[in-house]
Amino acid sequence: MNEILIVAGLGVLTLLAEIFSFKKFIAPIVIAGLLATWVVAALELNGNIYSSLNASVLNMLDFDRYAQSFVLLLTTIALLWVIINYNFFSDESNKADHLSLILFSMVGGFCMVSYTNFVMLFLGIEILSIPMYVLAGSNKRSLRSNEASLKYFLMGSFATGILLFGIALLYGSTGSFYVYDLRVKTTGADFVMTPMFTIGMVMLLAAMAFKSSAAPFHFWAPDVYTGSPSSVTSFMSTFVKTSALAAFMRLFYTALPYVPETFDRIFLILIIGSLFLGNIIAVFQTNAKRLLAYSSISHVGFMLMAIRFFSEPTSVASLFFYMAAYAITTLAAFMVLKIVEENSDGDVSISAFNGLVKRNPLLAGTLTIALLSMAGIPPLSGFFAKFNILYIALHHGYFWLVIIAILASLIGVYYYFKIVIAMFASEPVLAPITLTGKQKTLLLLLTLLIVGMGLNSFVFDLIPS
Amino acid sequence: MFPLLLIFLPVLTALFIFVLPAAQSRMIAFAGAILSLLAVLLSFNALHADATDVALSFSFNWLPSLGSNISFGIDGISMVLLLLTNILLPLIILTTFQRDIIKPKGYFSLMLLMQSALLGVFMATDGLVFYIFWELALIPIYFICLFWGGEGRQRITFKFFIYTLLGSLFMLVALIILFQHTTNHSFAIKELYAAGASMTFDQQAWVFWFFFLAFAIKMPVFPFHTWQPDTYVNAPTQGTMLLSGIMLKMGTYGLIRWLLPMVPQAVSAYTDLVIILSIISVVYASAIAMAQVNFKRMIAYSSIAHVGLICAGIFSYKAEGIQGALAQMFAHGINVVGLFFICDIIQTNTGTDTMANLGGIRTVNQKFAFWFLITMLGSVALPLTNGFAGEFLLLNGIYQYNAWFAAIGGLTIILGAVYMLRGYQAIMLGETSSITTSFPALKLSETIVFIVIAGIIVISGIYPKIILDISAWDVQLIAH
Repeated sequence: MNEILIVAGLGVLTLLAEIFSFKKFIAPIVIAGLLATWVVAALELNGNIYSSLNASVLNMLDFDRYAQSFVLLLTTIALLWVIINYNFFSDESNKADHLSLILFSMVGGFCMVSYTNFVMLFLGIEILSIPMYVLAGSNKRSLRSNEASLKYFLMGSFATGILLFGIALLYGSTGSFYVYDLRVKTTGADFVMTPMFTIGMVMLLAAMAFKSSAAPFHFWAPDVYTGSPSSVTSFMSTFVKTSALAAFMRLFYTALPYVPETFDRIFLILIIGSLFLGNIIAVFQTNAKRLLAYSSISHVGFMLMAIRFFSEPTSVASLFFYMAAYAITTLAAFMVLKIVEENSDGDVSISAFNGLVKRNPLLAGTLTIALLSMAGIPPLSGFFAKFNILYIALHHGYFWLVIIAILASLIGVYYYFKIVIAMFASEPVLAPITLTGKQKTLLLLLTLLIVGMGLNSFVFDLIPS
Repeated sequence: MFPLLLIFLPVLTALFIFVLPAAQSRMIAFAGAILSLLAVLLSFNALHADATDVALSFSFNWLPSLGSNISFGIDGISMVLLLLTNILLPLIILTTFQRDIIKPKGYFSLMLLMQSALLGVFMATDGLVFYIFWELALIPIYFICLFWGGEGRQRITFKFFIYTLLGSLFMLVALIILFQHTTNHSFAIKELYAAGASMTFDQQAWVFWFFFLAFAIKMPVFPFHTWQPDTYVNAPTQGTMLLSGIMLKMGTYGLIRWLLPMVPQAVSAYTDLVIILSIISVVYASAIAMAQVNFKRMIAYSSIAHVGLICAGIFSYKAEGIQGALAQMFAHGINVVGLFFICDIIQTNTGTDTMANLGGIRTVNQKFAFWFLITMLGSVALPLTNGFAGEFLLLNGIYQYNAWFAAIGGLTIILGAVYMLRGYQAIMLGETSSITTSFPALKLSETIVFIVIAGIIVISGIYPKIILDISAWDVQLIAH
């Protein structure tokens, strides 16, 4: 709860910066504020701070260990994102607005990982999404950015509508918005799954699948990811995705533990669809940003496996680790992509990466490590993320699904290596890139995190299974 | 503590290469490789003197939530491979002394990282650690082939990478299946053995084929060999040497250490099938080798033939077969590096490795012809060369299992002699052609490589006991 207060306050302060004209200092202030949030979140998770606010707030939010861990992860992502994309704000005339939008969407993310009431789930999604609709279109003069914004908004509000329908039907069949009431009712011996409950549940699943861009609800993702400014895309595919998946998992963590078993078929369609559609379509992409968008869909397939096998003891920790590994890796990949984009007149086709190792070895090295991690090559964090998930799937007896997942991730290697090959085996056409000291430090830090999270399981052990 | 020393020496050397000027990369790499060789000789001495486990193994509690420890151990079987790796590395680096290498920093540090990963594979006693080093060995060689390889390298290295990764991913599944059946959730190899033995036949069969797929692709055995000839031909010479001299042995070592003792029922059920595949490899690859016009490609195919016989010998599950396999792994590593170096020298000095265009080099450079002859005789397993002891024991083991298999597999001796002698004849004998008349004399570094290789060929050929004794005790423990 403290984190929500700090970040919301920071958001308001940022808006004031426009009026009282201390815009110059706002980015450092925000970074300091986020750093404070991070410390608070870490201390809370560690048990050093006990806040009475952390107990259930009006049965709306509950900062249990699940929520605290994800809040810490989300804050880490946001903090790194703001530091990496510092110049996204510095060369814009209305940077304070953009920063405050990011901060407000963070509040939404925090609500999504801590809700105990479906109303808060809905509100959280909206608080998160509305700033993202705006930010997707923040490159005002680009047609694609406008298209992305409109598409995201239309599809997003449509999905939110379905979510509301679903919640309403669930309320109709159980009589409560409160997740623990739902848990008591749906796990009781006399619970009958009425058609109303089933339809409501299916709608809820569809809406959550949309928000996490799982196939077949993924159609908005490639266009929105490609059209939005690269900084915003990296925020969407890390922070927003983590929030959505964490909210999805929390549905079963709190309210509906048996649903993944009962709705097995729906989950399998989502999982296999995401794994294959994402990977196969990514093979044919020539635009690196679009390629990463499709690859992110395929990663959702893995993340959904953790949710499907929710009843396994390590499922929550596995999802958490996957999200952490994926987010850090994606931040690194997008950081390199953005620098390349800036040095090639906005071109992000794969040929823009030609000979990158000769233009700047550090950029090529970082991107290679990031892509290898996404492809699941040990000992990088992406490997352990996949390993944990495959383990719980096998343990649950889904042998064939593991084989499918492995074949799908083999396709993944194909397109990740298209970029690697372009970087190492093609001749550069563009001038060498020079990096600032800050960029170098950040790239090294991200690389270190990608490797370190693999070699040490501290992230996995954050959540007790 | 020897395992740690062995793994970290190359990594440290690679770091030195990275920070010091590029002009010195080669010398640092060579010095580091020599140090590694000394380290492995020391550990050999320790193994020989029955040193305590503390010296020869290492364990560190790494991922308690996954039941995985970073643990290594050295026994006789791994020692053969460790020796091979660390003897070959200085030789491979020596072969670059007369060549210009672009971006030497990257080239040599990748080679040393690969060495480190290979040593890890040969020492790992934990399933997950084994898998990680197995994959780690793939990354440096991929980049060596991708950056320093020849024409069409993008496509060829890519096929190689995807192919081997496919195998290893299935191996990962096999490891997870085994892991689930362990009693106290551990990746330790002993626990995995126990788990494998306790599984039903169907489960064992899955594990067997998943492991076998990974190893068969790596070796490679028919029908998984299609990536190999192109990759060998396309890779830079040192890359080919690493691939054929050492990396190929990851597969055969994996069979001995991770497959045979792991799932006993499945192994005995599928032995016939695997040996038949291996024998097909032998005959098929030899036949193709005979039809090659390109010398490098011919050696690539001969390598498939040799490894096929090794695989069959291992699956005979007799002490002779496995001992022969180890001796032949060692011999093949030495010989094939020599052959690829010969190929490299010919190609550098004449600009071609098409055998028809060459000829008469012996009249121009007799010393070179002499070294070629010795290496080739080792490769065709002439008695009193290193290849003979290995192949003899291999065929002995296979014969004990089934005489027919041995009879057909024994064709390799004849067929091998046919294509190797034909190759020697085409390149070295006959009239000199326009491109071979000015064949230069060997440089000092080249001669040193050949002296070492020929020395090993002859010494371990006359007295094979020095290799066989290393692993004899440990092979007795697993063989029937």
